[in-house]
Amino acid sequence: MSFRHKHIIALRDLSKDDIEQLLNTAESMRDINSREIKKVPTLRGKTIINLFYESSTRTRTSFEIAGKRLSADTVNIASSSSSATKGETLADTALNLLAMKPDIIVMRHAVSGSHYFLAEKVNCSIINAGDGTHEHPSQGLLDMLTIKDKFGRLDGLKVAIVGDITHSRVARSNIQGLTKLGSSIFLAGPPTMIPPGVERLGNVTVCATMKEAIQDADVVMMLRIQQERQGKTLMPNAREYSRYFGLNSQNLQYAKPDAMVMHPGPINRGVEMSSYVVDGNQSHILKQVENGVAVRMAMLYHVCGGTAVE
Amino acid sequence: MNLLIKNGRIIDPTQNLDQTCDLLIENGTIKEIGKNLVASAGVQSIDASGCYVTPGLIDMHVHLRDPGLEYKEDIVSGTKSAVAGGFTSLCCMPNTKPAIDNKAVASYIINKAKAEGFCNVFPVGAITQGSKGEALAEMGELKESGCVAVSDDGHPVKSSELMRRALQYANGIGIPLITHAEDLDLVGAGTMNEGFTSTELGLKGIPRVAEDIATSRDVLLAEYTGAPIHIAHVSTLGSVEIIRAAKARGVKVTCETAPHYFTLTDDAVRGYNTNAKMNPPLREAADVAAIKAGLKDGTIDCIATDHAPHHLDEKDVEFDVAMNGIVGLETSLPLSLKLVSDGVLTLAQLVEKMSSNPSKILSLERGILTVGAVADVTVIDPAMEWVVDADKLASKSKNSPFIGWKMQGAARCVIVAGKVVDSRS
Repeated sequence: MSFRHKHIIALRDLSKDDIEQLLNTAESMRDINSREIKKVPTLRGKTIINLFYESSTRTRTSFEIAGKRLSADTVNIASSSSSATKGETLADTALNLLAMKPDIIVMRHAVSGSHYFLAEKVNCSIINAGDGTHEHPSQGLLDMLTIKDKFGRLDGLKVAIVGDITHSRVARSNIQGLTKLGSSIFLAGPPTMIPPGVERLGNVTVCATMKEAIQDADVVMMLRIQQERQGKTLMPNAREYSRYFGLNSQNLQYAKPDAMVMHPGPINRGVEMSSYVVDGNQSHILKQVENGVAVRMAMLYHVCGGTAVE
Repeated sequence: MNLLIKNGRIIDPTQNLDQTCDLLIENGTIKEIGKNLVASAGVQSIDASGCYVTPGLIDMHVHLRDPGLEYKEDIVSGTKSAVAGGFTSLCCMPNTKPAIDNKAVASYIINKAKAEGFCNVFPVGAITQGSKGEALAEMGELKESGCVAVSDDGHPVKSSELMRRALQYANGIGIPLITHAEDLDLVGAGTMNEGFTSTELGLKGIPRVAEDIATSRDVLLAEYTGAPIHIAHVSTLGSVEIIRAAKARGVKVTCETAPHYFTLTDDAVRGYNTNAKMNPPLREAADVAAIKAGLKDGTIDCIATDHAPHHLDEKDVEFDVAMNGIVGLETSLPLSLKLVSDGVLTLAQLVEKMSSNPSKILSLERGILTVGAVADVTVIDPAMEWVVDADKLASKSKNSPFIGWKMQGAARCVIVAGKVVDSRS
């Protein structure tokens, strides 16, 4: 079985088989990350440009490490140091970068769908490191890998996602991926943060309360409340949000006793999650970060034409 | 040049005319309609067998971009695009640079169109100075200088008080007011219709209620002031229902829709297609059905294109950044003819919506085929098949979601004041 996609822009575009293959490859990549010499020559001679139009610590570092562990040459461009501030269009920036013959452009961009636009302009592979409020496929995949680590499967699980679904690319990628693999999603958040028709994305139920969403859940995934996105009309303030949609040791008890708690980071401690839960023994947050490197290695490997890893 | 149009199906709903015969044009006016007319010496004969002969089509909602934005379109290219699409008259919206909020700009447009244009151009003046929504524009002088209506299209009048006064003032002058009905607070930073598709694509939505609220407000203000109002580019089920109910209670409201609103849904945005981005946005199947029902039962009076040319540089960009609007002059006729072949409209209704009604609403003294009337005539071949090719569009801009579509029906011959301005076979 070979991976047929030149780009990875959205989990919506990938099949169940594609996703399983990426996760399997990521599992084998993990071995590399635990060796003393954490480097293999797989992508030697390949050039990867990390083009970040939005700030990022975790994702950019993770992609950079992933590329380096596969022996690719990685170059980072952040928006503050790029031509964007000089008024150059995305298409022109891309064409100029392309003239330097990269094999992969990993991009984060504030406009949903901008990777499809970019993919039409260039002949290298495009990997989406987050586009606006659309998708964040590497985050979705690393979340799925982390869930698979715990339960050994990705079907038949009850996954609660709590927070601002409307503005969350993490939620969209998880919904697309997890429902394709057979899990059911239960969403909770203030109605101002639930986008219309979200139930039609797959096996998705919108719950009236947080309790309903996390009741007997196998996974409780909390989303960052992004004050820069919510404006002033979606919720009164962080205090009230926390009271109704924050995860704490009390309401976590509604979930299954061995339920795992996840968060894509960065966390607002005391807002969407109490520190007791963040640092508690049900938290898999750092495991998510760890898996991020392996998942991104798998993504880079497959868009470069890599075949299934045994 | 005198013209004799032979054997066409002559349709003029204003006089219940629908018969196959001949139409003679002399000195720019209609001289005679009847069977077996004979061409005398010096009269050019046009064979219209199998064609419809209708009053010249009128597009009451066009952005000509001239003055100020000629890199998108100008009066020459815009009117060429119009006649290629079968139109003999168009009304151009005031969001030019500078805006059509004074006599000088209105006169510039009228004079340039007379000298260099291919069809009649009737400017629409601004409601407010600079379309800024702050102070009334000089509507009296705009009317005197040739503007046929006022509108702040593209920049909806936000203040209800100002809109109320604009309606009263325009009514006193006797100039129709066209409203772009959208509540800008609800539109916010939205880029497409709010619904399942916007959720899946992660694009910020514009809810239908943004249009419905503004339609309601403007209909209520028209009712309160007793002034007539025309609602531009109706796109929602809600607006159709509001207008239908208002008409039933006698409010002097008329409205238009555009071909894209009865042809496409917001599914056209998939793939982040910036040529499916416009304001108001493409809606959903229920809205398309309501628009068709509104056209059929007469709630919607006119079909207008909202022809909005934009340069490739303004459309070949990320979705959020792309400008709103599409070109429409050259695709409106076949898309509207499809309503006839699909049984939504009769041919007479179609001619009403594309010619007689806009003429009546704006007092253009066109849209009619009677002896003595100005000879603005469109000869339509309903069978002609063609494919929309960006390179062949007469408009300077190519921002159409219909590029590559197979169309049926086109203007075979377009006659403005007795002169053939466009023809094809």
